[in-house]
Amino acid sequence: MTDTSPGAPTAGWRRFAWLLAPLLVLAVAVAWIASVDPLRSFNNGAPPVEAIAFERVVLDSGGIKTFIRAGGSEPMTIAQVQIDNAYWTFTMDPPGPLARGSTAWLQVPYPWVLGEAHRINLVTNTGATFEHEIPVAVPTPVATQGQLTQQAIVGAIVGILPVAIGLMFYPALRGMGSLGMGFLLALTVGLLAFLLVDMTFEALELSLQSAALFQGQAMVILAALSTFLILMGIGRRSGQPEGLALAFYIAFGIGLHNFGEGLAIGAAFAAGSAGLGTFLVLGFAIHNVTEGIGIAAPMVDRRPPLWTFGALTLVAGLPAVFGMWLGSLAYGPQWSALALGIGAGAILQVIVEVTSYFLRRAEREGQSWLSAPVLSGFLIGLAFMYVTAAVIKI
Amino acid sequence: MTTQHETEKVSRRSLIAGIAAAGGTAAFAGVAAAQSMPGHDMAAMQDDAPSAVNPYSAPSIHEGGHGQMITVGRVDAAANGFDPTAMLTDWDFGTVSLMEDGRVLRTFEVEAIDKDIEIAPGVTFPAWTFNGRVPGPALRAKEGERLRIVFRNYGSHPHSMHFHGIHSWRMDGVPGAGLINPGEEFIYEFDARPFGCHLYHCHALPLKRHMHKGMYGAFVIDPDPELHPEFADAARSRLYGTPENARWQELVMVMNAFDTNFDNANEFYAVNTVAHAFAQQPIRIEKSRPVRIYLVNVTEFDPINSFHLHANFFDYFDTGTTLTPTLRTVDLIMQCQAQRGILEFSYAEHEAGPYMFHAHQAEFTELGWMGMFDVVEA
Repeated sequence: MTDTSPGAPTAGWRRFAWLLAPLLVLAVAVAWIASVDPLRSFNNGAPPVEAIAFERVVLDSGGIKTFIRAGGSEPMTIAQVQIDNAYWTFTMDPPGPLARGSTAWLQVPYPWVLGEAHRINLVTNTGATFEHEIPVAVPTPVATQGQLTQQAIVGAIVGILPVAIGLMFYPALRGMGSLGMGFLLALTVGLLAFLLVDMTFEALELSLQSAALFQGQAMVILAALSTFLILMGIGRRSGQPEGLALAFYIAFGIGLHNFGEGLAIGAAFAAGSAGLGTFLVLGFAIHNVTEGIGIAAPMVDRRPPLWTFGALTLVAGLPAVFGMWLGSLAYGPQWSALALGIGAGAILQVIVEVTSYFLRRAEREGQSWLSAPVLSGFLIGLAFMYVTAAVIKI
Repeated sequence: MTTQHETEKVSRRSLIAGIAAAGGTAAFAGVAAAQSMPGHDMAAMQDDAPSAVNPYSAPSIHEGGHGQMITVGRVDAAANGFDPTAMLTDWDFGTVSLMEDGRVLRTFEVEAIDKDIEIAPGVTFPAWTFNGRVPGPALRAKEGERLRIVFRNYGSHPHSMHFHGIHSWRMDGVPGAGLINPGEEFIYEFDARPFGCHLYHCHALPLKRHMHKGMYGAFVIDPDPELHPEFADAARSRLYGTPENARWQELVMVMNAFDTNFDNANEFYAVNTVAHAFAQQPIRIEKSRPVRIYLVNVTEFDPINSFHLHANFFDYFDTGTTLTPTLRTVDLIMQCQAQRGILEFSYAEHEAGPYMFHAHQAEFTELGWMGMFDVVEA
């Protein structure tokens, strides 16, 4: 720094000029390509590429409404709308051609039938068709107070209740020997590993339903990596997180996962594909009890104040309620995928932190990380999650 | 209405219970209740419907028999260069001259042209046409005349005119017999026989593609009354230009369809190309005059098409090659691909008003093949 500082002003100008040069060339290139159109010779008369993503479908007393996003190489025009192989009147808001990435609502006054399947088919001005299936038609939930309360109750049952129950194991877990502690932490890593795998695939699957321009799969992976790095950075500002701090990070990661689960249940509601019985809800609850144990694990040799248990329960469980609400309103799949990607990143961070905490302990106490209790803890965590998940996969 | 709705609510609940039972236990009743829309019953819908149209109420007479089940907008007939309504009565009689032996020589000129046409409001189809229109010109001649069809191919692919009629193999319009390359010309020549309601179409390969791209048209040969003395009256009523024929309202209808996304299934069905054309603009019929329809089916991909007349019955002459009906007093006929015939009926005894007609394959109807006769006092 010191040897360049005398010439700093000139260097700054020069740097600016060098920065400007490539940008200028880019601007000239863009202007040239746009005006001369050197790609014209590739124009073989083929029709433009057309793509449409259906992001939301709303069924109500006015008929069928759908929110679409265009992804064509040129602006696209919706010429006609078929429902169940019948042309139907429709209105479009905003009307007119849809530029790449732009969206519109289509409202079709079609008398859909409760509990039955329907097919939307859009015909563009080139005669291309884009189809979307409504597997089971049910009225799209609207955000009324009664509706929100009912969903909040389901969200609390699948999110808050099991975490609270898991945390209630805390007194029993206290005073365990170092072997028991190793088992417990390994169990936590096992269940987190299951959540990471589950969430990542869920996110990738959802992302495939979104418009191509969102590059869903890349978006999921990049969101996960960014979240992981940001949380690692925050977590390590004052040393490696342990005890209560680590418990909160775990609760946060699990909270994002439960948000994703809430989205899935809510979306299933909206799609009409969920016969959401008691069995399913109980399945979610049991599946998630281990999450409470996982959160408690790094605190068992500390003495946290009582309020922290309440706070941890809410951080980990409450997002399920928000997920239910959002998911049932049937927002675009790319946003759900993004939320799940962020959740996967958060889970990865706690896996790294719990593992690192466990390794430090093991080293301090001269344990092997490949001991029988540790390995069995990890595998039992995985297996428990896998088996209980069999119940809740729709 | 209400009763019907109660049933629906019940069935939805039982559906949830059913799925839950499959999972091994009873329904989560609270959730099910939360999901059933408050007042998903048709009476209540009228009040809270966000749009002007209530999808659950019966359409009024002002909605033209189709209610909301119709394509949106109108086709620009001027830009297309042809109008489905005008085509109903637009016959091509060619030019007439006398040959040395005193027989009539009738000459038609037909050109194959590639043309983008609007087949439904806002939907463009890259058609192959005869004379720039789909269906091609409705050629009409008299039994026994010598026909000469000068065919020029200005399209981008080989094409032909294959006539359903009686002629030499050399005039058949198949490969090696009048199937010509772009830029070439061929003259088909044969006698007009047998009388009836026929068609012509391109017979280039692949046939399906050349057909559904739009290369077909009606080909009607009127009977010569002198050759059929036992049915001279019937023959005269069919022969264009006679006073007996003039009292008839004659319409030519070509039932066609378009596969706009090229998946070997049709997106649009119609008569004379434009989906819902006669639903949007009913065909005016004077009730005192009898109606004769020359009906041709050129629909590709679907093996049969049909014609159903509402509130009335008709006599049918399959292929039009007889002067007595082949079917009497029916309200529905079906035609396989390239089958055709003549329908005769009357509204003389009817109350004036809108009368519907359509294919009775509901799918075709709902995808554009339906129309209305506007029967008026006259």
